[in-house]
Amino acid sequence: MVKLLHNWLTTFGKFIILMGRTFSVPERFRMFWKQYVKEMAQLGINSIGIVLLISFFIGAVICIQMKLNIQSPWMPRWVSGYTTREIMLLEFSSSIMCLILAGKVGSNIASEIGTMRVTQQIDALDIMGVNSACYLILPKILGMLTIMPLLVIFSSAMGIVGAYGTAYIAHIIVPDDLTLGLQHSFQPWFVWMSIIKSLFFAFIISAVPSYFGYTVEGGSVNVGKASTDAVVSSSVLILCSDVFLTQLLS
Amino acid sequence: MIEVKNLYKSFDGREVLKDINAVFEDGKTNLIIGQSGSGKTVLIKNLVGLFEPTSGQILYDGRDFVGMSKTEKVHMRREMGMIFQSAALFDSLTVLENVMFPLDMFSTMNLRERQRRAMDCLDRVNLVGAEEKYPGEISGGMQKRVAIARAIALNPKYLFCDEPNSGLDPKTSLVIDDLLHSITQEFNMTTIINTHDMNSVMGIGENIIFIYEGNKEWQGVSSQIMNSTNKKLTDFIFASDLLKEMREAVTHQHKA
Repeated sequence: MVKLLHNWLTTFGKFIILMGRTFSVPERFRMFWKQYVKEMAQLGINSIGIVLLISFFIGAVICIQMKLNIQSPWMPRWVSGYTTREIMLLEFSSSIMCLILAGKVGSNIASEIGTMRVTQQIDALDIMGVNSACYLILPKILGMLTIMPLLVIFSSAMGIVGAYGTAYIAHIIVPDDLTLGLQHSFQPWFVWMSIIKSLFFAFIISAVPSYFGYTVEGGSVNVGKASTDAVVSSSVLILCSDVFLTQLLS
Repeated sequence: MIEVKNLYKSFDGREVLKDINAVFEDGKTNLIIGQSGSGKTVLIKNLVGLFEPTSGQILYDGRDFVGMSKTEKVHMRREMGMIFQSAALFDSLTVLENVMFPLDMFSTMNLRERQRRAMDCLDRVNLVGAEEKYPGEISGGMQKRVAIARAIALNPKYLFCDEPNSGLDPKTSLVIDDLLHSITQEFNMTTIINTHDMNSVMGIGENIIFIYEGNKEWQGVSSQIMNSTNKKLTDFIFASDLLKEMREAVTHQHKA
């Protein structure tokens, strides 16, 4: 138990030191911007497709479940639309979508940086006098933080499109009832809450895998292990912080 | 000139380098030779600051590298170029972008000047025409030449090469050796090459340091190796039967 705590504290300490090196002034802003735009495209823009696809189907499925399992003659007709909106906005588009991205983006980051480490590309940067942590990790973190609010908004919107799909294509719910539910007791703060939560998760998704990739030692097997550890750790951290953030922001 | 004084390096209590003293001169190809696991790479990594020595001094033209602050080390590293065993080119960048990288990062040149300088470096290593290719699309020998071009882009004073010939055929190895030797003389650099390639040792070794189990066992020039009486050195250099026979033939000729 003591050893486990010691290991955890050591890892946390190393993570803080790495973040200290990461959040420093870039040597050349020209190079930083180039990397920043590249990372936004690679990590964020390239994830839009999967986010839209998953959000569409989850929105549709939630709407169907609500209509079939909650809607009854004793309930107001806006219930299905209302609960679909609240679930999408409060949990799916921020937390669950970030969990999915932790798998896609997290493994990408950890394996990319890990491969650079084992093939001595990071050593090459260090020997040139480049702050490798800042050059490699900072654009990833800032890129994810920039693009994440957009992904959250797109996800919520696509979830609602999916719900309308069940109304217009599958005829499971009356479109007017769905519209009524989506507009019922709307609180704009929930949109901000979703975005604020997603910013914390964006940091976890980019910083934690960067740490695992940057500190990898050995060969390709260790890169694979680092990639798995990165996804598991960032997923657990997202779930834990979701509890605290929901309590804090509600 | 690089001077190493009383250098020790340990990992978890195990001494890998023991009391290394050496001088690496300007304008010369200095070779560090030794068996695999003897401490050559650890020594070179200490020299460039990738490892922190347990004790001892590393002096770059009199400037103590070990005692420098992090910022001073970063500035010092801009005077260094390094060629890694695996070339360590950036996969996501083209050959030209790889060579331009240090210029993009540290020079005050405009884009056209940086491109011209990078093309000059590629021309120097006979790689004009490959500038738009990615590292994965070129051969191992070409990758090494790109690494040399990238290392010399900022006109470094000190050039470090960690087994530059590993994984290359004998002919390509000779090309790399000649290139490193001529660049060293042309730019009057202090070049340190870590190798166990005997062609390099005999061909370009102007100052050779032999490391055995973490100790500096022998220092000299390539012409002295044939007549050396150091058993550990001769066992290492003339490990193959062919080389043993060659040595005996040369010794026999001298006696006759």
